[in-house]
Amino acid sequence: FLGAGGGNDIQWCFSQVKGAVDDDVAEADIISTVEFNHSGELLATGDKGGRVVIFQQEQENKTQSHSRGEYNVYSTFQSHEPEFDYLKSLEIEEKINKIRWLPQKNAAQFLLSTNDKTIKLWKISERDKRPEGYNLKEEDGRYRDPTTVTTLRVPVFRPMDLMVEASPRRIFANAHTYHINSISINSDYETYLSADDLRINLWHLEITDRSFNIVDIKPANMEELTEVITAAEFHPNSCSTFVYSSSKGTIRLCDMRASALCDRHSKLFEEPEDPSNRSFFSEIISSISDVKFSHSGRYMMTRDYLSVKIWDLNMENRPVETYQVHEYLRSKLCSLYENDCIFDKFECCWNGSDRQVEFLSLCTPDLSNIVMTGSYNNFFRMFDRNTKRDVTLEASRENNKPRTVLKPRKVCASGKRKKDEISVDSLDFNKKILHTAWHPKENIIAVATTNNLYIFQDKMN
Amino acid sequence: QDTQKDKAIPPERAEEAKLKAKYPNLGQKPGGSDFLMKRLQKGQKYFDSGDYNMAKAKMKNKQLPSAGPDKNLVTGDHIPTPQDLPQRKSSLVTSKLAG
Repeated sequence: FLGAGGGNDIQWCFSQVKGAVDDDVAEADIISTVEFNHSGELLATGDKGGRVVIFQQEQENKTQSHSRGEYNVYSTFQSHEPEFDYLKSLEIEEKINKIRWLPQKNAAQFLLSTNDKTIKLWKISERDKRPEGYNLKEEDGRYRDPTTVTTLRVPVFRPMDLMVEASPRRIFANAHTYHINSISINSDYETYLSADDLRINLWHLEITDRSFNIVDIKPANMEELTEVITAAEFHPNSCSTFVYSSSKGTIRLCDMRASALCDRHSKLFEEPEDPSNRSFFSEIISSISDVKFSHSGRYMMTRDYLSVKIWDLNMENRPVETYQVHEYLRSKLCSLYENDCIFDKFECCWNGSDRQVEFLSLCTPDLSNIVMTGSYNNFFRMFDRNTKRDVTLEASRENNKPRTVLKPRKVCASGKRKKDEISVDSLDFNKKILHTAWHPKENIIAVATTNNLYIFQDKMN
Repeated sequence: QDTQKDKAIPPERAEEAKLKAKYPNLGQKPGGSDFLMKRLQKGQKYFDSGDYNMAKAKMKNKQLPSAGPDKNLVTGDHIPTPQDLPQRKSSLVTSKLAG
C-alpha cells in the first residue's frame, strides 16, 4: 500500500485519456477543476463552459487482475450558466472554479460546485428501476380510457437501464461581491466556507438565505489595498480552524471560537524575505495559488509560482520544507510577465492515504509524504518527502501504452543540452497543468492538461 | 587570472532590469495595487444606456464609433454597440470529455 514511507518509488503508467484530440481548443472545453470523491470511485471535472463531467471507476475486473478499474462517464450536466449583473455592469463567467464532494451519507452523491459568484449543491442519484403496470396509463404514458379498465393490478418496480440524474438541491447566491476562489467543506459535514478575493463566508449546507462573514480584509479605502485572499481551507479534523493564503505569500490560521469575525489571525505563517533578492517580481511570484492540509492536519502545503512549501502548523516563521518546481523559470520572469504566465495559478495535492492504517499506527507518521503539482509543457512534478527524490513526468498522448512506465523528463536550464532533455526555451507555455488530483486511497492520479484529462496508475505486480 | 567566479547578479534582478528597460514607466510599487485592482475588476464592463442613446440620436446620419484597439477597456469616449459585445451563450454542447 502507499505512503508508508520511502521504499519503492511509484512507477507511473498511462491508463486513460479523456477529451478531444484536436489542437483547436474551444474555450468552453478548458478544464478548470478536478476532484476525486472521498472513496475515489468518482472523479469530477469542471470546465470553463460551466459543465461538470463525472467519471466512475469500474469494479475491478477479476480476469484482469493487473489493472484497477477504468474510469468511464457516469454523469454530465450544466452546472452554471453565464450571467450578466446589470446593476454592476458585470459579466459573470460560468467557469467552474472549484468542485468539492460531500462524504457519502446515503445512496446519492452530493457535490458543491462554484463559479465566481454562486455555489450550488448538486445531488447525483441513480435510478435503475421504474414502476410498471399502472391502471390508468399505458406504458408510454398515454392515458387509458377508463371504461376499458376491467381489472385492477398493482404496479410493480421493474429493472431499467441505469439512469444517473443530477439535480441542484441548494443554490447559495448573492454573498460574494468579489470572485470566489475556494470552497471547503468543514469536518462537521454541516457547514462549509467560500472565499473570494477579500472575504470569507461560512454557510450551512441546509440554509441558502443566510451566510456568516468570518473574514473581511477589505480596506476602508480601496487605494490602500495591498493583498487579496487567494485560497482557503478548513482543517481536516478541527472544525473551528481554517487557513487562508494571500497574494503576498502569507498564510493565516484562524479559530472561529476566538471571535465572530476572524480578522485577527491566530497564527501567521510567513517566510522572511531576503532583502537582497527583492525585485519587481518578488511579490508576484510569492503569491500563493493553493493551500492544502495534510491528512493529519499537522502540516499544510502551499504552492507559489516557482515552489511548493510544506509548513508545520507549530512553526510560523518558515516552512519546514521547500521544493523547487521549475527554478529554471527564474531567469525567464521578464517574458513570463509579458505573456501573463507569471499569473498562472497552479494547484498542488498530497498523495492519498489509507485511513485505516492511519488510525492503527501508534506513532502516527504523517502519511502525507508525496507532493504533486503541475508545470508547463504538460509536465507535472512529484516530490517524495521521505526519500527527497523528485520526478518530472509528462502528460502526452505519445506515452499512451497502458502498463508502460512513464519516462522521467528533464529540463536543461543552461549549458549543453543532453539527449532527451528539453531546453527551457523549447517549453510550450501554453501547455499548462494547473489541476491535478490523487485518488484518496490508491495510487491513481488524474492530471488535467488544457482540455484533456489523463489518468495514470502505478504499475501493479 | 580568475581566482573566483564573478559575482553574478541574481537572475530575478537581471529579469527586472530587462523589464524596466522595455517598460521604463512601469509602476514603482512592485506587484502592488495595480494588479490587485485589475484582478478585482475582472469581468467589469462599462455601459451607460443614457450615453448610448444620446450618441445614437446625435449621430443619426453618421457612423457610430467603432471599438477602439483595446476592446476590454470600454469606457469614456467609446460607446459600445451591441455588435461590440461578445455573444453570451451558455454551452449547450456536451463536454468533449464525456464524448
